[in-house]
Order: sequence, then structure tokens, then C-alpha cells
Amino acid sequence: MDALLQFIFSGVTVGAVYALVALGFTIIYNASDVVNFAQGEFVMLGGMITVFAFEAGMPLPLAAVLAVLATAAIGVALNKLAIEPARGAPVVTLIIITIGASILIRGAAQLVFDKQLHRFPAFSGDDPIRILGATILPQSLWVIVGALVVFVGLWLFFTRTLTGKAVLATANNRVAAQLVGINTAWVMTLSFGLSAAIGALAGVLVTPITLVSYDVGVALALKGFAAAMLGGMGNPKGALAGGLLLGLLEALTAGYLSSQYKDAVAFIVILGVLFAMPQGLFGKSATERV
Amino acid sequence: MLTVEGLRSRYGRIEVLHGIDLQVDSGEIVTVVGANGAGKTTLLKCLSGTQPVSDGRIVFRGDNLGAVPAHARLKRGLAQSPEGRQIFTNLSVEENLRLGAFLYTDDRVDRDMADAFAMFPILKDKRHLPAGGLSGGQQQMLAIARALMGRPSCLLLDEPSMGLAPLLVAQIFEVIGDLKRRDVTVLLVEQNAFGALKIADRGYVMETGRVTMSGPAAELIADPRIREAYLGL
Repeated sequence: MDALLQFIFSGVTVGAVYALVALGFTIIYNASDVVNFAQGEFVMLGGMITVFAFEAGMPLPLAAVLAVLATAAIGVALNKLAIEPARGAPVVTLIIITIGASILIRGAAQLVFDKQLHRFPAFSGDDPIRILGATILPQSLWVIVGALVVFVGLWLFFTRTLTGKAVLATANNRVAAQLVGINTAWVMTLSFGLSAAIGALAGVLVTPITLVSYDVGVALALKGFAAAMLGGMGNPKGALAGGLLLGLLEALTAGYLSSQYKDAVAFIVILGVLFAMPQGLFGKSATERV
Repeated sequence: MLTVEGLRSRYGRIEVLHGIDLQVDSGEIVTVVGANGAGKTTLLKCLSGTQPVSDGRIVFRGDNLGAVPAHARLKRGLAQSPEGRQIFTNLSVEENLRLGAFLYTDDRVDRDMADAFAMFPILKDKRHLPAGGLSGGQQQMLAIARALMGRPSCLLLDEPSMGLAPLLVAQIFEVIGDLKRRDVTVLLVEQNAFGALKIADRGYVMETGRVTMSGPAAELIADPRIREAYLGL
């Protein structure tokens, strides 16, 4: 029983990170139908920039804010320099551009920072909290709360605000969006900035637990993408559920079976779900008349 | 209100509009009729800014629209209900209408939406349903209502009768005719020349990228060449 609870704690923590990455995918996908494979690099940048700003003597909260803002700026630059000039190209082309961008950012991070593993102190200390015989790190709570706050924020953004609906409208029909007065170029800029900021936030929250190096983004992007697909691409609810589910699957497999099989089991379950429900758990099936 | 001078536009190397001159005065309903491929839709796309203009001028309420991007034209009072409806299929009927008034956040938005529902009661019944599930006629109503939510002084309508049942066509034309009373000037592009000319004040006939005839709608309807070529009479 204690062991189960322990596995659940670690699963939810990892799952919350996947959920944050998946939520980042959601925004850009909602605005443009593009899956941004540089999303993992945003997480890495969030961690790395915080580390180096902190080591340069900046207070930790300030370093974290700087990292989020700087990464958001890099997200905006990615849109302006690589996505916007290719406007009108098929979505697949844009996705390949984001893969290129992720390789570029990784390479640049290697040069600008270094190839070492880094960490900064946890926000509320490293003393585990005991709950019913299991333990959880205070930093894990930060990660879980962070994911929940971002989820609620995004859910309200897409369902309650006109700007959020403008993002959805832009993805659905760019020309019609322009005709109702939406500046679609601005919507794309907003989406990349917001997405990058959320990715960076994930990096800031998780680095004290998992450490960060220039290449952590690849695995995170893959897992976050899997989580988003599992939950249903484009749906914040799906991103959260998919992320948590994936994290739990991994933790329970690692705990009860073997940690060598954790990725395999997770992906087998995802394949199974997608065979039965190609839209993902929360995805809407498309109904359109023409 | 709207003046077009020597407008040319091309898709790649192929020019499809070879110098269009056209004038729409305030309060008028003006129609552009012509066969498929005459360049009518391209003309409207140039006016709304979603198709590049290679030469010529578009002057709307005294301003040259040349450098004004598509999304900024509605703010100046020029709205378009595009060909093929182009509604937001992933959003509800109500959300589509609300986005039509994207530029506004005042009280008039609610009143305009009530107006739209009064004009098309079926949209009110389906307000919470995804717009993608509406029938073609309902989508057309939504497209027109959404364009009106943007408070246009001039509305560009592209083939509103396309693909609709005859009864619906009559209803749509009636609504367009009524726009005059709302102080909305209309530029209506139609293949259904008879229906369009019946409600219009003036008309232009387009053939392969050129205006070949123009005049008061009543005269065009009576013209034997038009009757033969476009009205099937």
C-alpha cells in the first residue's frame, strides 16, 4: 500500500511535467494545426537560463521570471523568423521546420551554456513530506500545482475569453478570421510566446528534481506529444489527463514490473487507446458539412 | 462609398482581372453577375484584402485601401461574407456570431446578436451547437449574420445563393434586399443573375476578368443579350 502511494506520487509528478509540455503543444496546435516539436527545447531553456542566471548571482525567483520571459521571446522569434516566412506552406512543412528549430536551439544551447547536468535549489527545501507512509518532495507539489494552474488558466482562456476564441477561429479558418478583424499574424505570435512561456515554466519547476542539460528537451517533447495525443490533441483537458495518465503508467510499470519496461508499457497503452479512439480520450470527432 | 479603378490581379503569372472599374454609392445594392470563372470572387477577395492586387486602386470612403491589411478593413466598415460560407466549424453558432463582432466589446454586441437571431430564428434554436453541423442554408445565414455583427457600412456578399434550395434562395435574397433599411450598402456577387438583379439598384456584368456591361438593374434584366446569356430566357 505504501509502495503504491509512493508510485502514484512519483507518477503524478512526472505526469504533471508531461501535462505542462502537452499544454504547450495544445496552444500552438489550436492556433495553427502545427505540432511544435521545439516544445521540449522551451522546457530545457527554462531550466538552463534559470540555472545560469542563478549562478551569475541573480535571486532564484528573478532568474525564473527571466527564464520564462526570455524563452517566450525565443518562441516569438521562432514564429517570426521561421514559421511566418513559410506561411501558406502545408502543415507538414511547418512541423518539419519546428524539428529543425529544435535541433538548432539544442546546438545553440550547447555552445552558449555547456554540456553538463545542472540544478538549482528546490523552492521550498529538499525535506520530503510524509503522507500515509509515503513521501513526496515539496518541489513535486510545486510541479503539480503549476500544471493545474496552467491548465485552469488555459481552459478559461479558450472557453471564456474572446482572444482565446480568436485563437481557435484562426486555426479553423485563417481567411475568415481575418475577415472578422482578427490579426492572425498576431494570434500566431501570441501562441508561440505563450506556449514557450509554459514550456519554460515547466523547466523551471522540474529542474530541482530531474536536473537539466542541453538535451533534455528531446525526451520531454516526445512524452509530451504522446500525452497530448493520448488525451486528444488541441484539448487542454486532454493534455492534462493524458500527461497524468502517462506519468502514472510509467511510474507503476517501473515500480511493479521493471523500470526498463516503463516506456514500452506506456506506449503500448497509448497505441491501444488510439486504435480504439483515434481522436484521443477527449478529442472531438470532426463533424463538418460542406 | 466604394470606387474601384483599373483593378488588376493575378494568380502566379496568370492575370485574372484585367482592369476593373466599378462604383458603389452609399445606400445602394449593386450586383456583379457573370458566369463561373469570370473573376467575380477574385474581385471581392481583392476588395477584402485576401487576394493581392497587382495594379489599380480601391478607394473606400475616401481612403485608398492598398496598404490596409485584410484584418484592418472591417474596422473601416468593409465586411465580407465569403464564398463557401467559411464559418468557424469548430465553434458554436453563438461563438461564430460573437467573433463577427471581434472588434467590439460594448453593449451593442448583445443587441446585434438579438437582431441576428430575429433575422434568422433557426440560428437561435441552434445557438449552442457546433456551426460545422449546420445545413448549407443555415451556414449561409450564419455567414451573413456574422458579417453583419461587424457593423459594416458596406457588405460584400459572395454567392450567397450557391448550393441552396430554391425556397432558401428566395429567403436569402429577401434578407439582402432588407439590408438597405439597415443603412448597409451591398455589393453582391452572384451567378444567379436574375435573383440578384431583381433586388439590386445597379448591376455589372463580368466576363473573363473584364466588365462588359453595366447599368441600372432593371435595364440589365430587360436587355436581350443578358436575358439570353445569363437569365436563360
